[in-house]
Amino acid sequence: MSGNDFGRRILAGERLALARLLTRLENGDPEGQAALAELYPHTGRAHLVGITGPPGVGKSTLVNSLARHYRQPPDGAEPRTVAVVAVDPTSPFTGGAILGDRIRMRDLAGDPGVFIRSMATRGALGGLARATTQVIQALDAAGYKAILVETVGAGQSEVDIASAAHTTVVVEAPGMGDEVQAIKAGLLEIADVLVVNKSDLPGAENTLRALRGMLGLAHPVRRGANSRSAGLAASDAPIWITPILQPVAGSGGGIPALLEAIDSHRVYLAATGELAGKERARAAAELEAGLREALMHGWRAAAPDGAFEAALERVLAREIAPLAAVKMLVAGEFARRRP
Amino acid sequence: MERPIRVLVAKPGLDGHDRGAKVVARALRDAGMEVIYTGLRQTPEMIAEAALQEDVDVVGLSILSGAHMALLPRILELLRAQGQSHVRVFLGGIIPDEDVPLLAEMGVVGVFGPGTSTQVVVEAVREAVK
Repeated sequence: MSGNDFGRRILAGERLALARLLTRLENGDPEGQAALAELYPHTGRAHLVGITGPPGVGKSTLVNSLARHYRQPPDGAEPRTVAVVAVDPTSPFTGGAILGDRIRMRDLAGDPGVFIRSMATRGALGGLARATTQVIQALDAAGYKAILVETVGAGQSEVDIASAAHTTVVVEAPGMGDEVQAIKAGLLEIADVLVVNKSDLPGAENTLRALRGMLGLAHPVRRGANSRSAGLAASDAPIWITPILQPVAGSGGGIPALLEAIDSHRVYLAATGELAGKERARAAAELEAGLREALMHGWRAAAPDGAFEAALERVLAREIAPLAAVKMLVAGEFARRRP
Repeated sequence: MERPIRVLVAKPGLDGHDRGAKVVARALRDAGMEVIYTGLRQTPEMIAEAALQEDVDVVGLSILSGAHMALLPRILELLRAQGQSHVRVFLGGIIPDEDVPLLAEMGVVGVFGPGTSTQVVVEAVREAVK
């Protein structure tokens, strides 16, 4: 199958072609990247929604309920197509993975307006997989209106989702006791919408109170806002105040309010110009990462054999500092291995 | 990087015993494969759809209800119809000996009953995708 073929077939709605392209992107296959390059002009239309939170708080169940709601809005609104990207961890020891998020998404089976893909992290540490950004772009080009990205069960530093998604939903559950204090600090910062799931369980009130307290201290802070664009004066630009919602994902209760909050965040992003700012930051990060990889590759190809190892030896011998060695490597001062 | 083998492990039909499926899923994970585990009570349509979206190389089915001679042909037919005839299918659970040759004829690459060592399953899956 040629790159040309992929692009045409995916735009025509062929699901098998899409699934195969996703595999190639995951594997870093050059043909996959050629196809994505062809599809890229068709991206930028989907609302990218990240769902993150500690393991076992009900992220998959929430994604299932949300996706059902996108498909069957209660008030006769237009149903929206949904893609789900569910990330689970790869074992650092064997490279294997159990991808179990589909277990909670069985309600979505049989609906051609839904596409679910499970991904293993394959060594990436930020809560997403290495190729998640590219997989999102392919699904966006394929025309899915909402893309729900479920991260691995997150602790404090798995916050890559904040730059990959437009709207980040952080899910917590009651019953985590004092540990909530420790867990929430890292994740709370990236929450555009905060969910206390399983709020029918005892302890929900305490969790809610703790989270409200944290948010109260944080207000009013506008993270990443670009107040100079869209002609809005900083003073009358709307401010997004992170809402706290309590759906019971398993029963579907409270899901309409959650979807409404997610949609209003999108409206807020567009109205304030923050959406453009986010897109710019994301594209810049992707370019930078690609450039770094390409330059590294180019340097390795051009550098004399053994230059890197020679530098390494001298750093290990503590003759030169690592960053000084980098300067010398870039300047070509390790042309030959030292005797 | 070598591309990991992707396997869908599913339980079609109505029996509720997924211990075996979980043991196999775990063994395949430990052998470095990416295992998509879909859980209990899957219809042939759900299994075929998941196999398509996940672009798997192999589907492993656990059936203890005796319905394998009805479920298997349907699943294989759906896979073929959606352009996935390259996907290898293996079977575990309670399968009478006299059905094994019939299943092999349909294209099932292995039937693994109780007591099979997980190493045997891992090797068979590796061999099937070669």
